[in-house]
Amino acid sequence: MSAPATLEVSDLRTRFGDASSGSTVVDGVSFTLRAGRTTALVGESGCGKSVTALSLLQLIEPPGEIVSGKVLLDGRDLLALDERGMEKVRGARIGMVFQDPLTSLNPALTIGGQIVETLQAHQRLPRAAAERKAVELLARVGVTNPEQRVHDYPHHFSGGMRQRALIAAAISCSPSVIIADEPTTALDVTVQAKILRLLRDLQTAMGAALLLITHDLGVVAAMADEVLVMYAGRIVERADVDTLFHNPRHPYTKALLACVAGIEDDRRTPLEPIGGSAPDLRNPPNGCRFSPRCPSVRDVCRRWDQPLRAVSADHEAACVLVEREAALV
Amino acid sequence: MASFLIRRLVGVLPVILGVSIVIFLLVQLAPGDATTVLLGPQATEAAKAELRQALGLDQPLPFQYLAWLKRMLSGDFGVGIATQIPVTSLVGPRFLNTLILTFSSLLLAMAIGYSVGLFAALRAHSLFDRLSMSVALLAGSAPPFWLGLILVLLFAIELRWLPVSGMQDMAGAGGAVDMLRHLVLPTVTTALGPAAIIARIVRSTVLEALSKPHVRVARAKGLGRAALLRRHVVLNALPPVITITGLQLGYLLGGALLTEVVFAWPGLGSLLYDSITARDLPVIQATALVVALSFVLANIAVDMINVILDPRLREA
Amino acid sequence: MSSIPASADRAAIASETKARGGARFWRLKSFARDRAAVFSALFLLVVILGAAFAPLIGHYGPDEADNLARYRPIGTLGHLLGTDQQGRDMLARLLFGGRVSLLVGVAPTLIAGVIGLGLGLIAGFVGGIVDQIVMRCLDVVFAFPMVLLAIAIAGAMRPGVLTEIIAITIVLIPYFGRLARTATQGVTPMPFIEAARAAGGAPVTIMLRYVLPNVFSPVVVYATTLMGLMIVVGAGLSFLGLGVQPPTADWGAMVAEGRVVLRRAAHVTILPGCAILVVSLAFNFLGDGIRDALDPRTIRR
Repeated sequence: MSAPATLEVSDLRTRFGDASSGSTVVDGVSFTLRAGRTTALVGESGCGKSVTALSLLQLIEPPGEIVSGKVLLDGRDLLALDERGMEKVRGARIGMVFQDPLTSLNPALTIGGQIVETLQAHQRLPRAAAERKAVELLARVGVTNPEQRVHDYPHHFSGGMRQRALIAAAISCSPSVIIADEPTTALDVTVQAKILRLLRDLQTAMGAALLLITHDLGVVAAMADEVLVMYAGRIVERADVDTLFHNPRHPYTKALLACVAGIEDDRRTPLEPIGGSAPDLRNPPNGCRFSPRCPSVRDVCRRWDQPLRAVSADHEAACVLVEREAALV
Repeated sequence: MASFLIRRLVGVLPVILGVSIVIFLLVQLAPGDATTVLLGPQATEAAKAELRQALGLDQPLPFQYLAWLKRMLSGDFGVGIATQIPVTSLVGPRFLNTLILTFSSLLLAMAIGYSVGLFAALRAHSLFDRLSMSVALLAGSAPPFWLGLILVLLFAIELRWLPVSGMQDMAGAGGAVDMLRHLVLPTVTTALGPAAIIARIVRSTVLEALSKPHVRVARAKGLGRAALLRRHVVLNALPPVITITGLQLGYLLGGALLTEVVFAWPGLGSLLYDSITARDLPVIQATALVVALSFVLANIAVDMINVILDPRLREA
Repeated sequence: MSSIPASADRAAIASETKARGGARFWRLKSFARDRAAVFSALFLLVVILGAAFAPLIGHYGPDEADNLARYRPIGTLGHLLGTDQQGRDMLARLLFGGRVSLLVGVAPTLIAGVIGLGLGLIAGFVGGIVDQIVMRCLDVVFAFPMVLLAIAIAGAMRPGVLTEIIAITIVLIPYFGRLARTATQGVTPMPFIEAARAAGGAPVTIMLRYVLPNVFSPVVVYATTLMGLMIVVGAGLSFLGLGVQPPTADWGAMVAEGRVVLRRAAHVTILPGCAILVVSLAFNFLGDGIRDALDPRTIRR
């Protein structure tokens, strides 16, 4: 553990609906974000990744609610804060970038205005100073001609530039944690790489912790230091990126990797989709949640839920096979 | 902005022309000879002949229209049949009274409509929401002239808090307070229908604005509730609300007429009613023209406000 | 009474272009789920039947004045809803008056609907200069506040039911025209219309067979909502004395007559107003129900 922990999430549980008929979409998630490191949170749509991110900022609205857990930012539990307290954290200590840059911007306000409002929410800056800072920020995220473009409206910007502007707003107060929820999914492929590189550069320069949420393993390979694999509301594997790609231990992770074509694969290597579908969380299966679809399922899997087991110092997987394989070594 | 205004004014000219044609044609609708219609049954043959000449009534219709238009543009709207007073001096003071009633109703409708609608949206599905929307539905479906009478029954007759009808000039015996007392019931009556419609529209547009993704993004930036509501919800919900409010102007200008009749408020509406009863066509024409023109100008003003609020419209 | 909200336009257009056949069944089921709409439909049916069979209901005619039974309150024996200042039975007057009031609300809406639909179809389908001319003409009528124009037109003519119908029809045509035009403009560029053109269909045939059915639903929804509003407008015209003349009963005229005796017998004013209110509400709910039933997004299996 090189860098000190910036954000520690312990046993986060978020539920939609009531205790009897609702679904616990985030069910006991724990992880740690460290300064300067990029942590990728991977999983299929609906596995709970976005809800996890929103829970960190207490942005969950009824009928959803955060049921239990701790989110420690530099030692302080964010979940214990009231709305006023959270307002000070959002945008200032933790910055978030969302998926669709088009709908994330208010069409009735200028780009500059939407950056300035973040600054003014947290810093007592006079208007002129805030506007100058907005121009600087736009320049920093790679928007050409920022002095002019700061007065433009979102519909004058292209998709990639809008995302840059949103990133500018997110980092405007130098947060120590940046959360990016599928930041490039809605963008053209050529633009994706640039935006990812931008995020990387900013993170390095600011020394921030980056939580990157994605379903794209290519993005994970390019950006992440550490990877968390999420399935049905739970983290099923945690490893640093090289280990994950070369030595995955959880059957779900292995299946995910098999779904994706590698650059060396040729046409004859089949893409293996994962049979079945994700469980309905209103009635999660007994035992391991992946057991109905797991190719290596054993009896014990169906009966007992599997906790995360250490494979090595920095590698955990929630599978009974980890034990068995360890026993064989 | 200025170019937008000029473009709109120019674009509206053919409409105004059309309006004048419609008003001109009103005379044709009326039963009987045009001169009798315009001068009344008591008119002398000489007067009729003179008018026939002036209006070119033996000429084909388009020429008649041009002659009439010429008269209008030179300020001659004719003389009220019943009163023999030039129409312009009849209409003037009445217009002012109607403006007073219309503006106070508009303000009241906006005040009630915006606040109730906003509150209902922010507390969606609550008791307040359901109750207020039900009341709005009733108020919007009830005939306003009847509502007015119910209010009179309740407040003027049963409770005796307010006067039954009429209007007192500010210069009159009671001064401003008395005028306000007389203004209350007509204003409330006229405002209820539009307030109901505005409340329902405000509620639905605010609900829609609240569900937009950029609201959550703004929250994630740490914006406080006030700034969030102001910049990301209300601002975006405004354009359709302004449009609907503007549409209510049409009702207020024209339909307040019924309220004026119920409360004997001396405005254009009751003038129209009296002149209809008396079959005083010159007055009917002039009143309709004034109201239509005001309505057209008011709509342009509403469009201007919309453009100021939504920058995307400026290029349209 | 109100100007037609633009939201009604948008909502009506939202129910455009449907699959046919099997969808109809689901639409009916969807409608049946809306209790307010079903109740309103039944209620209106009762009202219409009551008005139609008015002579067979109750003992009294609407014009039977009875000097000995004046100002009777609601609940009097023999006069369920009381009597007015001339001793006429309120229930009878309401039922007979309903004939006129309903007619004045429904007829102009239907007529204006047909004419407006035709104009809008042509304007939207043909486009170009025809569209411009038609819309400009409609704009002229839009320049007047609706109620005012209706009053001015009705005021210029001889009072009577026909006058009211004509006045309201004229005033309503642009609203239908605008709606139909917008809906037509939505359908015309669609590929299946192009295909029909390419197959060599005559424009009129295409308009009637392909475009019209898709424009029909928003217009029907609109018409239903408008009927409720026009009953209120028509009542307003009658209130001002521009419609039927006394002693004929009509809800708006009844309110006007009741106004004179407001202090002594408020029910004479309250009852017809309630009738107008309730019928208008019923049309409102019915229109909402039809709109929701036709909107593919709200159909649940």
